[in-house]
Amino acid sequence: MHAGYVAKRLGVFVLILWLAATLNFFLPRLSGMDPVRQKLLAQAQLGGYVQTGIEAMVKEYDQRFGLNKPLWRQYVAYLADVSRLDFNYSIANYPRTVNEMIAEAIPWTVGLLGMTTLLSFAIGTFLGALLAWPKAPRWMQWLMPPLWALHAIPFFLFGLLLMYALAFRFGLFPMFGGYSAGAFPGLTLEFVTDVLAHAILPALSIVCVATGGWALGMRGMMVTTQGEDYVIFAEAKGLKSLTIFLRYCVRNAILPQTTALALALGQILSGAVLVEVIFGYPGIGTVLFLAIRENDHFLIQGIVFMVIVALGLATLLLDLIYPLLDPRITYKKA
Amino acid sequence: MGDAPAPPRIAPRASPPGRLGAVVRYGRRNLSLVVGIVLLLALALFVGLGQVFVDTAKARPLSAPALQPPSFEYPFGTDRQGRDLLATMVAGTPLTLRIGFIAGFLGVGIGAILAFVAAYYRGAADVVIRGIADIGLTVPGLLVLIIIAVSIKEGLTVDQMAVIVASLAWLNPTRTIRAQVLTLRERSYVEVARLSGMSGPEIIVKELMPNLLPYLGATLVNAVSNAILASIGLEVLGLGPIESPTLGMTLYWVNYNAALINGWWWWWTAPIAIILAVFLGLFFLTVGLDEIANPRLRRSV
Repeated sequence: MHAGYVAKRLGVFVLILWLAATLNFFLPRLSGMDPVRQKLLAQAQLGGYVQTGIEAMVKEYDQRFGLNKPLWRQYVAYLADVSRLDFNYSIANYPRTVNEMIAEAIPWTVGLLGMTTLLSFAIGTFLGALLAWPKAPRWMQWLMPPLWALHAIPFFLFGLLLMYALAFRFGLFPMFGGYSAGAFPGLTLEFVTDVLAHAILPALSIVCVATGGWALGMRGMMVTTQGEDYVIFAEAKGLKSLTIFLRYCVRNAILPQTTALALALGQILSGAVLVEVIFGYPGIGTVLFLAIRENDHFLIQGIVFMVIVALGLATLLLDLIYPLLDPRITYKKA
Repeated sequence: MGDAPAPPRIAPRASPPGRLGAVVRYGRRNLSLVVGIVLLLALALFVGLGQVFVDTAKARPLSAPALQPPSFEYPFGTDRQGRDLLATMVAGTPLTLRIGFIAGFLGVGIGAILAFVAAYYRGAADVVIRGIADIGLTVPGLLVLIIIAVSIKEGLTVDQMAVIVASLAWLNPTRTIRAQVLTLRERSYVEVARLSGMSGPEIIVKELMPNLLPYLGATLVNAVSNAILASIGLEVLGLGPIESPTLGMTLYWVNYNAALINGWWWWWTAPIAIILAVFLGLFFLTVGLDEIANPRLRRSV
């Protein structure tokens, strides 16, 4: 792999992080007022046992981001904080830091999102390849319209329907949350099955919808690949049609799918946030939802930034893996 | 592949003659276009008739008894804050579509301009525009929109909402239109236009645009659909125009009051059915327009 390419790709990653931090800093200040400070003040006036802590926070905030400081000094201070991944305390859950809250939610989201993305990508790609295979049974064509229709629906809307049908009507699955209230978290068989049971519906609503998209993309690529000269040549040579299908068509059609995966991650995540909210699943999406309700700016900014970092890393990895999958790409300057 | 090609599906059959006949015959070939148009027309009919026969003032809270299941007086039932849900749907559907259309038009408009400039002139402009679009697309859009919406949360209106959504809606059109222009600009008629002394903007408007119109149409429908999706997402998270009865805000209240768990099924069936019709209608319309824009892509469904 070309070192220049890796360096360039890393540069883009850093650029994304800088843009995200800059947006986080300037957007709340565009309106002229400082909503972060206002929220802090409001919270300080509420009183309660965390009073002194919040007041200390206001003082520190004023000292670092106060209006008496020039904007660029505030900006530099903010960038310094972000580069240390220090997002301060959560305003609404005071003694807890933003990082603590994110760390608690991340395993849920990564688990849900990782599983569903891999599953839907694998199933969808497989289905899409089959759909384009001339020897596939005829009834498979009937799968297309439902796949198309499903793929046009937002994840969370389908989730609502599933929740009503499977959880509310027939009581097959738990409706809400990540585990039963009162369950004792731990590595016991009971708890693990409980967690899995709660994950099935949110996962299903993502997998069912996303699979359609991957299947359609793969089918389109397969149709294009099947028209290539080398496939016709393989046919003329008299190769077995299964060999042509697997080694000539699928193998080439799968590559653009991987690129599409890198591009789709952001969209999948946006959709998954809403699924979590609908199901009250204790991941990043729900924490973000509650933070928005409480106007907890530090927590919102922290989550948005961390998610952008995580997705940027995932895309970076996929981009770096890609040349290993496709020997035609060397990223050398022509 | 190895097998004989499947016999052509569309057997020549007796079609009605005349112009109407031609439309019917085309519709038979482009079924997605028909499905899309029918779904959207049904929605337009619902809203249109509703505006005439339903009092949309009842979409305000406390204008009806709370939590009535569907009845003769309240065909869609009422919600917990005493909104008549039929009136809410009649008033809210056009609002949601409005957000989608404003944001979609802005997005495709800005995107098209950037794409034409980038792809026709190439050079530094292309590097910058493509770079921004490519980077912007890998970032989860909803989260950036959340940051924007949170910063100006107080008293958001429907139109402000549309502008917020539009702030990211140009990324995708820019990318896809640019790719199309890149293939067009190498065609010989563009070369001829250039040699005969047409200026750059003139070539873009007179030669490139008309050839891309069907494609721009498909991109627009797609952008509208994405904008509606983004706006509903923001609204469900509680970042929408709180005072307005849009479809997304209705879902926000559904979620807020846990209507699903409480068995108030009529509260969410109507908005979900309408949102489904919107998305499916727009989706099939895009597929149909794609087919017009690029008939060689004919999908043998």
